[in-house]
Formats: sequence, C-alpha cells, structure tokens
Amino acid sequence: MRRPPYPSFLKDGMAAAWPICLGYVPIGLAFGVLAHNAGLAPWEIGLMSLIVYAGSAQFIAISMLGGGAAVMPIILTTFVVNLRHLLMSSSLAVYLQCLGVGRLSLYAYGVTDESFALNMTRFRDGAWDWRKALALNQTANLAWIVSTIMGGYGGQFIPAGAFGIDYALPAMFICLLVFQIRDRLHVLVAVLSGLLAVAFSLLFPGNAYIVMASVVAATLGIFLRRWGGRERSGTEEL
Amino acid sequence: MDYLLLVMGMGAVTYLPRWVPLIFLSRRRLPEWLRQWLDFIPAAVLSALILPALVTTGETRHLTFLQPALVVSIPTLIFAWKTRSLAGTVILGMALFWIAGKFVS
Repeated sequence: MRRPPYPSFLKDGMAAAWPICLGYVPIGLAFGVLAHNAGLAPWEIGLMSLIVYAGSAQFIAISMLGGGAAVMPIILTTFVVNLRHLLMSSSLAVYLQCLGVGRLSLYAYGVTDESFALNMTRFRDGAWDWRKALALNQTANLAWIVSTIMGGYGGQFIPAGAFGIDYALPAMFICLLVFQIRDRLHVLVAVLSGLLAVAFSLLFPGNAYIVMASVVAATLGIFLRRWGGRERSGTEEL
Repeated sequence: MDYLLLVMGMGAVTYLPRWVPLIFLSRRRLPEWLRQWLDFIPAAVLSALILPALVTTGETRHLTFLQPALVVSIPTLIFAWKTRSLAGTVILGMALFWIAGKFVS
C-alpha cells in the first residue's frame, strides 16, 4: 500500500488510523451502552474515555462498578490489566529516541494495543515519524471518545455484527503480525508466544497471559539467536 | 466525587506503564541484547493477543476450535501473507466473518 506523499503529517497519521477507528466504533458504542445501563451519564462516560483511554480496562471497570465494587479494587485491576503497555512502550522507545520529555509524555497517552501495533509496523517500514504516529494515536483516541459517548446516549447505531465490523481489529492484528515476521526466529517466537498465551490464559484468570507469554517467548528468542550463531536480525530472510 | 476519583486513579495507573519506558528507554543507548529482545516483542505481543481470543471462550476460559473467528483467521492470514495489504486484509476478514456469522446463526 503506497500512498502519494501528502504535505502534512496530520493527513498521513489520520489516514493510517482508519482500521483502528473502524474497530473502535462498534466497541466504543457497546461500551457506551453498557456504561449507560450501569447508570453513567454521557459526560461521565466521555470523561473516562478521555482520562483512562483503555478499552478492556474500561469494560472491566464498568462491570465492577455494576457489581458494587469500591474505588481501590477497580484502580488496582486497571493497573494489572494495563501493565502490558510497559512492553509496548519499551518497544516503541527504540523509534522515539531524542524526543523531549514533553513530547514523550504526550505520546505515552496514546499508546494502546492497536496504535502500538500499527505504529511499530510503520516505523519499521520507514517514512514514519513521531508526528505522524502522534496524529494516528489521537485520531484513534478521538474515535474512541466519540463512539463511547454516542453509545452513552443509548444507541448502538450499528446493528450488532453488521458487515463483520467486529472482525476489523482481529484482522488488523493478524495482518500486522504477518508484517512483523522478518526471519524464521520471528515465526518461532510468534508461534511460541501464541501457544504459551493460550496455555497461560487457560491456567490464570485475567490478562497477565499476554505479558507472561511475550516475555518468555522474546527471551527465548534472544537465546536462540545467540545459540544459533546468527549474527544479526534479518540475515536469514524468508 | 467518588467517580472523579475513580477515573483519575484509573487514568494514572494506565498512564504510568505507558510513560515510564518511553522516558527511561528512549533517552539512552540500549545494549544489544535489549534491542534484540525488544525486536521480538511486537511479534510476541501480537501473537499473544490474537491466539487466545481465537481458540478460547467463556467466562472461565476453555479451549474451543469451532469459533467463526478462528475459521476466518486462516484465509485472512494467508491473504495477509500473500498480498501484504492491510486494507485488503481488514476488508476480506470482515467480509468472511460476516458471511461466517450468517452460517452459524
């Protein structure tokens, strides 16, 4: 997919965000409806989407609120659920060298599973910079905030399951995973991580399986790279 | 204002894990082993996000190999591999998932 060089980074970043927006809208609407049913006003829903901006944690918070949970348990759960972003920000840091604290702090706000996956792929392709990445992040952010508020006004607006829209994000993840594969070790690490994640997800409640599987698989990856005597990544193209 | 407290707290604990690595890792030279490790992270994280969603289901998760999402993922993966088109893959995946949903329900 090669697009003509647009003059503005804003346009590039916003245009690249479309698969995320497509995926966020039905999820955001569904979240808004649930939050509305749990007794939250649209402005309260919008406030959570703006300040927290984390899909799965927000869903969990709403269900805990509905179950009458206190503030601290919900905050602790949110923390655990979102720890996986540690890994993603670490990976992104490689491409955000020499930015100041202010810009990094701004960028950190928009790190989600989806923006991480898309931006990492773009950064690796080249012709991507932090401004475009930030524009992508904030476009996705806006789509999330707006769709959750719309859901909060009590409307699904999109009939459940229409056009297979629920599969927009899984399909995007599958494609971005393919883009991440550059040699046989990447295949091995991905397969290993997937299998470990399935095993851990069956053994442990919550979503700690994502971090556990990724850390173990990536660590095995560097050992295999060393033991295999491969000099540098990318020497063994598929 | 319990709700405000809740949202601020949730925001803080979500923001920190996003912020700390950016600040501490992007402003120094990373050792080679760490660079290699971080190079594996995207593939590992994506795979760990995708596969459990495809082959497990339920409140207390259990294995299942019958979900439409899993069946659709195979042609979607092959299409992505062959074409390297993000737009095409997302549209094909949605279309197949939509069709698969009609057969299941």
